Amino acid sequence: MIAMKLSFDVLRKSGPFIIGAVLVIVMALLPMLNIVIPGVLPGPTYQPGSLALLSLCMVYAAMALSYNLLLGTSGLLSFGHALYFGAGAYGLGILLSRTGLPFWVSTGVGLVGGLALALLSGAVALRTVGIAFAMVTLAFAQTGSLFVSRSSSLTGGEDGITVNTMNVPAAFVGILNTKNLYWLALVVLVLVYLVALWVDKSRLGHVAAATRENELRLRVLGLRPFTTKLIVFAIAGLMAAAAGMVYLLLQSGVGPKAVNYDLTVTILVMVVLGGVGYRWGAIVGGFVYTLLDQRLTALAQSDAVDSLPAFLRVPLSQPHFLLGIVFILIVMFSGGGIAGTVDSRIRRRDWRRAAEAALPRAGGDESVARPRLRP
Amino acid sequence: MSSVVLVLITGLGVGALYFLVASGLSLIYGLMNVLNFAHGAFIALGALIGWEVAEHTDAASWWSFLLSLVVGAVVGAAFAAFTELVLIRPLYQRHIEQVLVTVGLSFAAIALFDGIWGQDLHSVKGPAWLDEVTVVAGAHIANIFWVLIVAAVLVLGGLSLFLRKTRYGKIIRAGVENRAMVTALGIDVRRAFTLVFSIGGAAAGLGGVLAMHYMTGVTPEIGSSLLIFAFIVIIIGGTESLVGTAVASVIVAVLQQFANTYLWGTGDFIAIVLLPIVLLLRPSGLFGKRA
Repeated sequence: MIAMKLSFDVLRKSGPFIIGAVLVIVMALLPMLNIVIPGVLPGPTYQPGSLALLSLCMVYAAMALSYNLLLGTSGLLSFGHALYFGAGAYGLGILLSRTGLPFWVSTGVGLVGGLALALLSGAVALRTVGIAFAMVTLAFAQTGSLFVSRSSSLTGGEDGITVNTMNVPAAFVGILNTKNLYWLALVVLVLVYLVALWVDKSRLGHVAAATRENELRLRVLGLRPFTTKLIVFAIAGLMAAAAGMVYLLLQSGVGPKAVNYDLTVTILVMVVLGGVGYRWGAIVGGFVYTLLDQRLTALAQSDAVDSLPAFLRVPLSQPHFLLGIVFILIVMFSGGGIAGTVDSRIRRRDWRRAAEAALPRAGGDESVARPRLRP
Repeated sequence: MSSVVLVLITGLGVGALYFLVASGLSLIYGLMNVLNFAHGAFIALGALIGWEVAEHTDAASWWSFLLSLVVGAVVGAAFAAFTELVLIRPLYQRHIEQVLVTVGLSFAAIALFDGIWGQDLHSVKGPAWLDEVTVVAGAHIANIFWVLIVAAVLVLGGLSLFLRKTRYGKIIRAGVENRAMVTALGIDVRRAFTLVFSIGGAAAGLGGVLAMHYMTGVTPEIGSSLLIFAFIVIIIGGTESLVGTAVASVIVAVLQQFANTYLWGTGDFIAIVLLPIVLLLRPSGLFGKRA
C-alpha cells in the first residue's frame, strides 16, 4: 500500500516531466512517420506542408511562452512584444543579405541586437506601470513598424525582404529540407521552454511574481523590482528575437506584419486562450490558435460554408472573428483559459480523492498561487 | 509664409480629427479607467455605414453628407452602448480584463468588417466644395479642413456645455474627479458609464465619417491608424479636461505636419516618440494634475 502510494506520488511529481519528454520525442520523430490527422493537418506528417504548419505552430508557441513571462510571471501587459520578434527576423534577414558574416555569427549578432533593443526599450518603458506601460511599449513597437515601412531600401518596405540563401547552411534551404527547419523550430521551442522554466523556478522569477502581486512590499523589503522586471523583459525579448529568426528561415522571408501591433494582439490572444501563467498553456495556445487559424481559413473556402446564407457565411469565413469571440468569452467567463480549466479540474479531483480517502490533509500546498489577470 | 500658414491650418484640421476621435476615449478613460482599444472599431463602423449612406443617396449633395454624419454618429453610439452594456459592465472594476475585452472586440469586429466590406479601399466623393480650395494668406487650403475644424469646435462646445450645464454632465465630471464619492452620495454612476460610452462612440462615428471624406475613401483599417494618435493625444493631454485633449490634439497634429514638411517626413515618428517622453517627464499628462 505504501509502495503504491509512493509510486503514485513519484508519478505525480515527475508526471509532467515524463509527458513533456515523450511529447518532445514524438514531435522529433514526426517527420519520419506517416500519421494522418484529418481536419488538423493538411497531409501526412512527413510531408513538407504539414511540417511547415507544425513549425509555424512551434514558432508561435515559443513567442507565446516569451509573452507569458511578461503577462503571466511578471504581470506586465505589453503591446509591443512584436518589436523583438520583428527585430530578430529583420535583423537576421538584413545581416544575411548585407554582410558576409557566416550564418551562425549572424544569428549571434541578431540575438545580441534583440537583447540590446529589449534592454534599452525596457529600461525606459518599465519606468511606467499599468496602462502607461502598455502605451509606451505600443509606442516603441509602432516606431519600429514605421521604421520598417519607411526605410524601404533596408527593409523592403511593404514587400519585406527575402532570405539571401547564399549565407544560409544548405540544410535549411529548400522545401525538401523543411524537416530540418522543423527540427530547428523544435530545438528553439525546447530551449525557450527551458529558459522560461528556469526563470519561473529561479529567485529572479519569484521576485518577478512577487512584484506582480505587490510591488510596494518588495521595495519595503529592500529588493529591486525594477531590475528584476528589466531582466525578465530582456529575456522575453531575446526569446522573441529567436522565434523571429526561425520564422524568417521558415517563411524564407519576412514582411511588415512581423512587427505589426496585430502580431502582439495575436500573441496575447494565444496566451489568454492557453491560460495566463501556465507555460504549457502558452504552448497549447500557440498550437491551437495557429491550427485553428489555418484550418478555419481552409474551411472558409470550402463549399459547405460557401452555400450558407450571407449572415452565417460572412462571420464563419473570418477566422479572426471567431477567434476574437472565443478570446472575449474566455476573458469574461473563465480567466484561466485551456490550462487553467484543466488545472482546476485536476486540483478538484485530487482534492476529492484526498477527501474520500479521509486523510486529513492540510490544504496549504493545494493552493499554489497562480497569476490572475486582475492586477 | 504661405507654406507655414498651410502647415498650421492643415495641422489644425488634422488635430480636429484627432480630437473628435480622442474626446470619447478621454472621457471613458477619465471616468472608468478603461483604455478602450475598441474605439478603432467604433470609428470604422461609423465610417463604413457612412459610406453606405453616401453610396445609396446622392453623395455629392450636402444633405447626403449631413445624413451620413448623423447616421455615422448614431451607429457609433449604438455600438459603443452595446459594448459597455454587454462587455464592460460585467467586468466592473477589473481594468486589465476590460482592456483585454476591448482588444478582443476590436480584433473580432475588424475581421467581421473585412468579411462584410472587404479590405479594398471604398472611395467616396462628397460635395464638390470639399475638394475645392480656399486661399488664406496665399496658402491653398482644401475645404475639408474647415469642415473638420468646425465639426471639432461644435463637438467641443456641445460637450463642454453638456458637462457643465446638465445633471448628467455634472455627474460625469464629478465621477472623473472622484468616483467613490459620487457613488457614496447614492448616485448610480453606471448609468453615466453607458452614457459616456455612447457619447464617445458618437464622436468616434462622426470622426470616422469625416476621416473617410478627408482620406476620400474607407477600409476597415481606418480606425486602427487613427487610434494610435488618439492614444497619444489623451496621454499627452491628460484625462481631466476636454480642453486639455483639444489642445494636445492640436499640438500633436501641428508638430506632426511641421515635421512632415520641414523635417523629411518624420511627423509620425515625432508624434509617437512624444508619448514616452511625456509619460516619463509628466506621468499625468501636460495638463493633468501631478500625481
